[in-house]
Amino acid sequence: MGAGHAHRLYRHGHSPVHTLPPHTKLAATFAFVVVVVSTPREAMWAFGLYALLLAVVAHRARVPAGFLLKRLLIEVPFVAFAVLMPFVAEGERVDVLGLSLSVNGLWGAWNVLAKGTLGVAASVLLAATTELRALLLGLQRLRLPPLLVQIASFMIRYGDLITDEMRRMRIARESRGFEARGVRHWGVLAKSAGALFIRSYERGERVHLAMVSRGYAGSMPVIDEVTATRAQWSYAFALPVAALVVCMVGWIL
Amino acid sequence: MDPVSTASLEVSGLAFAYPDGHQALFGVDFSIARGERVALLGPNGAGKTTLVLHLNGILGGGTGAVTVAGLPVGKRHMAEIRRKVGIVFQDPDDQLFMPTVREDVAFGPAAAGMKGAELEERVDRALAQVGMAEFKDRPPHHLSFGQRRRVAVATVLAMEPEILVLDEPSSNLDPASRRELADILRSLDVTVLMVTHDLPYALELCPRALILSDGVIAADGRTGELLADETLMRAHRLELPFGFDPRTATMGA
Repeated sequence: MGAGHAHRLYRHGHSPVHTLPPHTKLAATFAFVVVVVSTPREAMWAFGLYALLLAVVAHRARVPAGFLLKRLLIEVPFVAFAVLMPFVAEGERVDVLGLSLSVNGLWGAWNVLAKGTLGVAASVLLAATTELRALLLGLQRLRLPPLLVQIASFMIRYGDLITDEMRRMRIARESRGFEARGVRHWGVLAKSAGALFIRSYERGERVHLAMVSRGYAGSMPVIDEVTATRAQWSYAFALPVAALVVCMVGWIL
Repeated sequence: MDPVSTASLEVSGLAFAYPDGHQALFGVDFSIARGERVALLGPNGAGKTTLVLHLNGILGGGTGAVTVAGLPVGKRHMAEIRRKVGIVFQDPDDQLFMPTVREDVAFGPAAAGMKGAELEERVDRALAQVGMAEFKDRPPHHLSFGQRRRVAVATVLAMEPEILVLDEPSSNLDPASRRELADILRSLDVTVLMVTHDLPYALELCPRALILSDGVIAADGRTGELLADETLMRAHRLELPFGFDPRTATMGA
C-alpha cells in the first residue's frame, strides 16, 4: 500500500475523469448509487443501461475493461449469499433444470446481484481515477466530520509503518525459534498484537505532541483548497442525471 | 524592549514534578542569546525531554518561568509561542504525519492562518534550506531516514521560529547524513538549542554547552572546556567515544 499516490486501486492517468475535482466525483458516484438502488428490480433493461453508462465513463477515463472486471471480484464474498436466496426463499416455485426454485428468491438474488455489481463498479471507477489523498480532500470539502477525515488520513500515513512494525516483531519472534503451529501458540500471537496496539497508541501520543507543537488546535488547517466550476459539476453529474432518467422511465413503465 | 538585548530564550527557576510525584526539574536557570548555538547535555533521565516540553508550553504548571524573545510562555500567547519555538522531535516518523512532504511542511504555517501563494513560497524556502526541494510531492515514508530528519527540520523552519530546539538530531544517522545535517544547521541563521548525547557532534556545532543533571544545570560553559574536564564529565555520566580527544579535535563551528 502506498501513501495516497501509489495505491493499487488507483490507475494513473490524465483523462477528463481523472482531472475532475474529487468532491464532484464523490457526489456523482453517491447519487448514481442511490438512483440505481431505487430502481424497481423488474425493470431489467434499466440495469443494462446503467452498465452501459458505466462503460462509457470507463471509456472516457481510459480504464481498460480487464482492470475494472478484475477489481469487481472483491464483490464475490458479499454476493455469495444472494445465490442461496432462490433455494431458501418462500412462496411460488418454478422448476429450472430440475431444481425447484422460489420465484421471489430469484428476483431477490437478481436485485442484490445487479445493484451490488453496479455499485461496486461505480466505486472501483472512482478509486481508479481519484488518488486516495484527493478523495480525502473531497470528503473534507463535502463537509464530512473533520475527525473522520483526519482518522482516515492518519490511516494512510501510518498503515505502512504499523505493517512494518508487525513484520519486525514477526522476524524477532522467528529469530528466537518461534513458529505459530497450533492453538497453543495463539497466546504468543495475541500478546504480540497487544504489544503492537500499545506501541501504536504511544506513537499516537507522540504524533499528537508534534502536532500541538506546530500549532494544532483541534482542526486540520486547509492547505489545498479544492474548488469546482459549474462546468465541472455538470460534467460529473452527467452520469447520475442520465441514470435518473432511466430510473424514472423504469418506474413509469 | 530593545531587540538586541532580548535573549531568544530565558529560563529561570524552573521546577516541575509529574502528577505521579516524580520530580524531574529542581530549579533550572539559563539564558540563550539570539543567534547562539547551545548544546544541552546530560545523562538519560536527567530531565532533558521534560525541559524541552516546557519551552513551548506542552508541560507547565510547576514553578519558575520560561520566556521566549521577551514573551512569557503561558496560556495567553500559546499560538505565538508555538510558532516561535520550533521543536524537532527525535523520531521523524512522529514529526511527519501528513501524506506528503509538502503538506507536512505547510502544516505549521497553515495552522497559523497562512494560505495560497505565500504558503507555497514559505514551503519552498524551508525545503530549499535543507536541500530537499525536489522531494516536495513525495510521501515521507518513501524517503531515507536522513532525508526524513531533514524534512522534519524543514517543517519547523517553515514556521520561521525564533529558536530551533533539536532532540537528539544525530541519532540513527549514518556519518554522511550526520555531516549533511551539520552543514545545514551551521548554514541557518537561527538560535539553536540541541539536546544530545552525541558529544563530538555537540563540540562540532555548538560553541557553548549546558549540562543538565538531576534536574539542575550542573555546568554552563564553552563546549570544548566542559568536555575536557574529566571529573565533571564522570560525575554526570557523560562519556566521550573511544579515541576522541576534545583538546585535539578540530572545531567546525
